[in-house]
Amino acid sequence: MKSEPGTLVVLFVQFAVLSLFAIGGASTVVPEMQLQMVEIRGWLTDRQFSELYAIAQAAPGPNVMFVALLGHFIAGAPGAIVTTVAMCGPTCFLAYGVSRVFARFRAARLAVAIQAGLVPVTIGLIAASALIIARASDHDWRAVMVTAATFALATWTRVSPLIALAAAAVLGLAGFV
Amino acid sequence: MADPSADESGSPAGSVARSLAGPVVPGSLAEIFFAFARVSLMSFGGVLPWARRMLVVEKRWMTAAEFNDILALCQFLPGPNIVNVCAVWGSRVGGLPAVLASLFGLLGPSVALMIAAGALYRAYGAVPELSAALTGLAAAAAGLILSTACQMAEPLVRRRPGPAHVVAAAGFIAVGILRLNLPLVLLVLVPLSIAFAWRRPQRESPDEK
Repeated sequence: MKSEPGTLVVLFVQFAVLSLFAIGGASTVVPEMQLQMVEIRGWLTDRQFSELYAIAQAAPGPNVMFVALLGHFIAGAPGAIVTTVAMCGPTCFLAYGVSRVFARFRAARLAVAIQAGLVPVTIGLIAASALIIARASDHDWRAVMVTAATFALATWTRVSPLIALAAAAVLGLAGFV
Repeated sequence: MADPSADESGSPAGSVARSLAGPVVPGSLAEIFFAFARVSLMSFGGVLPWARRMLVVEKRWMTAAEFNDILALCQFLPGPNIVNVCAVWGSRVGGLPAVLASLFGLLGPSVALMIAAGALYRAYGAVPELSAALTGLAAAAAGLILSTACQMAEPLVRRRPGPAHVVAAAGFIAVGILRLNLPLVLLVLVPLSIAFAWRRPQRESPDEK
């Protein structure tokens, strides 16, 4: 675990910048995190990345908590705090400031256009996140089957995603995946 | 798991009465902290519905209209939506102390939980049994985000093909397959997409999930 100050500074800067591009929530920047942390810096493997992502999904709390888990893996508890603050702090100030300026958000034509314009971008990015996570998780056809089954459950039934996650973990434990 | 929005849809009369009553002012910073901590620790798979339930139905710190208003604003802004909602709501209700109380409640216990989970992962992640379970878990998590992507894309797929489809496909290919730098991709795609939407206004309900 590299908990030296240099790593924390790099983590802070990286996630603070990332947060400003996280339109539509934290899930849209998963590909960029994978690119920076796995491909460029080699701080963790693709497999570790996808496993940490899965743990964050199975745990309660905001989706953004994935960054705390990443931060912890790279730089211990200080890393978890640094990534969380970096991911939430700057945009929080932005939101605070914007809400002071616009006491009430109005559905002006530009506002409607911005909102409508962000939707397809977000869709493309979430799809890219799904691809990155699937590619890192699905090592063989059995894992692909688990992914497909979970997809079907989450898309066409009202079964809690937690049950699907738990079932998949048990399947893995039993040696099926 | 119970649907957090379930008990609102049933009684339109009740919700009218609620919205007429107006928002309640939180009693103390501690109350804000614990309310958000509870939401954070019981919300699996997305905090927003649970936060909405707590804020609008249980505590009545916000009216439903106010919540939609703030969420619409926050969806414009980058960063985690729920964090932005806390910032905007907190600033209106009690300034910076309220913002910090809600954020510490929302994020503090979760970060502690993640540190504990991360420590366990570092210590035992390579143990064959746990590693096998994590392989299954990761495959399922991939299915969940795939489902999210498809559900978000569904309204788009139903529409006649247009610039929005091109933008979504371009974002997917640029970031997911070509692995281009995200800021760069957004600096090109976002203005383009907004320009398309400006030329062709489309009524889309922001509340639709």
